[in-house]
Amino acid sequence: MEKAGLYIHIPFCERKCHYCDFTSVAGNKDLMDRYVGYLLRELSLASSTYGKPNIGTVFIGGGTPSVLHEDDISKIMDGVRSNFTLDSNAEVTIEINPGTLTMEKAKSYRESGINRASVGIQSMNDGVLKRIGRIHTGEQVENTIGNLRKAGFENINGDLMFGLPHQSIGDFMETLEKTIIFDLEHISMYGLILEEDTLLHNWYSRGLVTMPAEDEERDMYHRGIEFLESKGFRQYEISNLAREGFECRHNLGYWRLNPYIGAGLSSHSSMGGKRHWNYTSFGNYFKKLDEEDLPIEGVEDILGDLEEAEFLILGIRLNDGIAIDDYEKRFGYSFMGKYGKVVRRHEISGLVELIDGRIRLTRKGMDLSNQVEIDFLP
Amino acid sequence: MRIKQENIRNFSIIAHIDHGKSTLADRLIEMTGMLTSREMQEQVLDKMDLERERGITIKLKAVRLVYKAKDGQEYVFNLIDTPGHVDFNYEVSRSLAACEGAVLVVDATQGVEAQTLANVYLAIDQDLEILPVINKIDLPSARPQEIIDEIEDIIGIESHDAPLISAKDGLNVEQVLEEIVKKVPAPKGDPKAPLKALIFDSYYDSYKGVTCYIRVFEGQVKPGMMVKMMATGKSFEVTEVGINTSKHIPLDSLSAGEVGYLTASIKNVKEARVGDTITDTKHPTAEPLPGYKKVIPMVYCGIYPAEGEDFNTVRDALEKLQVNDAALVFEPETSVALGFGFRCGFLGLLHMEIIQERLEREFDLNIITTAPSVIYRVTKTSGEVMEIQNPSNLPAPAEIDFMEEPIVSANIMTPTEYVGAIMELCQNKRGTFKNMEYLEETRVVLHYDLPLNEVIYDFFDALKSKTRGYASFDYELKGYQQSELVKMDILINSELVDAFSLIVHEDKAYERGRTIAERLVDVIPRHQFAVPIQAAIGSKIIARETIRALRKDVLAKCYGGDISRKRKLLEKQKEGKKRMRQIGSVEVPQEAFLTVLKYDEK
Repeated sequence: MEKAGLYIHIPFCERKCHYCDFTSVAGNKDLMDRYVGYLLRELSLASSTYGKPNIGTVFIGGGTPSVLHEDDISKIMDGVRSNFTLDSNAEVTIEINPGTLTMEKAKSYRESGINRASVGIQSMNDGVLKRIGRIHTGEQVENTIGNLRKAGFENINGDLMFGLPHQSIGDFMETLEKTIIFDLEHISMYGLILEEDTLLHNWYSRGLVTMPAEDEERDMYHRGIEFLESKGFRQYEISNLAREGFECRHNLGYWRLNPYIGAGLSSHSSMGGKRHWNYTSFGNYFKKLDEEDLPIEGVEDILGDLEEAEFLILGIRLNDGIAIDDYEKRFGYSFMGKYGKVVRRHEISGLVELIDGRIRLTRKGMDLSNQVEIDFLP
Repeated sequence: MRIKQENIRNFSIIAHIDHGKSTLADRLIEMTGMLTSREMQEQVLDKMDLERERGITIKLKAVRLVYKAKDGQEYVFNLIDTPGHVDFNYEVSRSLAACEGAVLVVDATQGVEAQTLANVYLAIDQDLEILPVINKIDLPSARPQEIIDEIEDIIGIESHDAPLISAKDGLNVEQVLEEIVKKVPAPKGDPKAPLKALIFDSYYDSYKGVTCYIRVFEGQVKPGMMVKMMATGKSFEVTEVGINTSKHIPLDSLSAGEVGYLTASIKNVKEARVGDTITDTKHPTAEPLPGYKKVIPMVYCGIYPAEGEDFNTVRDALEKLQVNDAALVFEPETSVALGFGFRCGFLGLLHMEIIQERLEREFDLNIITTAPSVIYRVTKTSGEVMEIQNPSNLPAPAEIDFMEEPIVSANIMTPTEYVGAIMELCQNKRGTFKNMEYLEETRVVLHYDLPLNEVIYDFFDALKSKTRGYASFDYELKGYQQSELVKMDILINSELVDAFSLIVHEDKAYERGRTIAERLVDVIPRHQFAVPIQAAIGSKIIARETIRALRKDVLAKCYGGDISRKRKLLEKQKEGKKRMRQIGSVEVPQEAFLTVLKYDEK
């Protein structure tokens, strides 16, 4: 069996960004301590439930994991190691918000076995950062990355966003220019999605902020990718680029439909053909764990048609696309026999291409991937 | 106990919408004690939810009440409900034909309105005794004396002793009951003569088949008898007759003067039409009752099964609706864009909307409706005259000598402050001003001739919007008038979509074309390519809009915790696509076919 990924959710932030609809709260010390305690119990329960699986990657995300005290992170990593079989060359990532990372924290992370940092840069323009509710400045990004390097991190990702309120193409290109100086191994580039029930959505719907037009947003995306490619990055997924060999193995696991365990509030697991998700409220989460149960709120079977659909929907996001052979071995159907008609249609529209036994999205297909993906649904 | 003919009173209540017809019916039913309070639902006579929501009565029904009058005798009241909308004039006329009297309810604050008049004239046509009643006198703004004067002046009915009531509170309603006893004539008719009974309503249910509501004028009808529908010529054996209180109560027979129901295992719903005369097959009456007509629809539209819906299911549903609704006609037709469907004829716009809603709600069907059309008369250069109700069937312009369109004479009652706005609207709708009458200092009735084609477009909505609902409107077909009409086509991605074609007046074509193109841009989703929307007369493009190409349709983030949610978003997107009609390479949502007639506030 493939090694599983392990995702650990830290639902705390200093404050919520204006665009964010993730599960996170501005936590106090007591709640954080309590949460970490329960998280450790969940890791132990999950391990026995799934038979102490081998873990190839760990991703500590949030929220903002870096708001926790560094000792909490150490405890969590100890918990991972004591409960699971952690690969010797496992990729272990932590998400960091600039402005929350001290040198002590950076060093401690390394000592606890974390070898990859993902920094939420978003923009290098302080005005833009402020408008989207980030708590940091461009200068703090620079300090944070400096600290990580000094602490010995050799694999750092920077998260960037584009299509932000009042953002121009020039502004985004400037952010890229400034980011490239940090000489990162990996860059994620996300077009902002206005999620409902976020402050930004509210402002937008009341006409208080303007968003870049669709054409402009797409120009940011394409010009951004071209620029990064000219600087030695390779795009490997719709929103992700990396230097050779630094693709995020944890996330690749999701797109290749490998198993993963999620621990912590609201996290999802996908093990043995079932996906479950944890409670999103602290009360329920704690209560279930008090009862010695996994804090699972819901479950769905990812088998048959659904498994196949997810395999294709997620796989097509990768620049390498899907190896038709892999599909046929896994599901036992002829790919073209089943999807030939829709594939041809999207080929004619220029959204997909068939190359060397693989199907993948074209550049245009990367803009319109949903149009292809809906045709893989049962 | 059988009641004597002279103690029967058959009557209807007529009123303008919201003047309190249903409330008064409720009180009459309560005060005659046929139903307990517990059984009383609000507005007992309004059967369908749809009606309740709209506050109007669509289908009629009869209820039998027993009233012990002040003279000490018991009377049977057959209260026959009538629909209250101009679209249903024929049905109103048939239920009035079953009566000897009509209670005219007029709102003490609003006075006489367009439909009050329309209904009164129908009642007068049937020689009914009309009993005016002034309702809502409990309201502070009630002005009963003025309203009485108004009724006398405008309608010409003696009204000074009209009961002043509050149907809501039950105030003076007993006076109404007594007036009915005193003034509504008892039915006449020989119970020994050959059977002659009027069908004034009918409905279908899957247990009994068709149930007819009937008024017996002569003779008797009883179970086991063979009866004949005189208009359709079909004979049936009667299985049950009875009366309707809060439920059906079977009786041995119904006799001359009585009102009740009849079932006869009528399976084919087209064979019990409202207005038809039932007679004894063995001893038929010589002449049917007057007034039957196969009603003529004024408005047509296409109804098509939406994606995934079955043609036959839609046909069955239309057939079932046709039972209660002699006015609904339909025949199969084919559209290039929409496939197999039906061209349906209706009495008017409201009738059309009701049928659409019933198909969707009661039969749970997913249908596509095309823009309504009227019947145009086309005289070809060859001299041949054609009637066109589907714009797609219009002959080529070179073959057309001239065209005529139906004109209605419209009466619009309004407070004087809206006269300017209404005149502007009617002008804009190609109306011809006839005259204006003052009903009182602050209220007038405007008489206009209007092309029906404009009335069915968005006239109601526009009138409502421009007068904040204060104007009332009523019309009747006047005749046909020659007019410069053209067929306007809509092209989507350069492909003509027949279901969008419209016949419009030449002077209106540009404006209408532009409006429709703009609306389609709003409702048709963006595609991977730019989609031009054009309006054309023949080969001449008169309006053009473009749906910009879709540049972005991608989920930026998709990680472990997002997968289920993102997949659901995609599923939703796919569902939306299913409800689309594929026209060439363009997907058109079903509601697009109706947006061409939405009222535009601009």
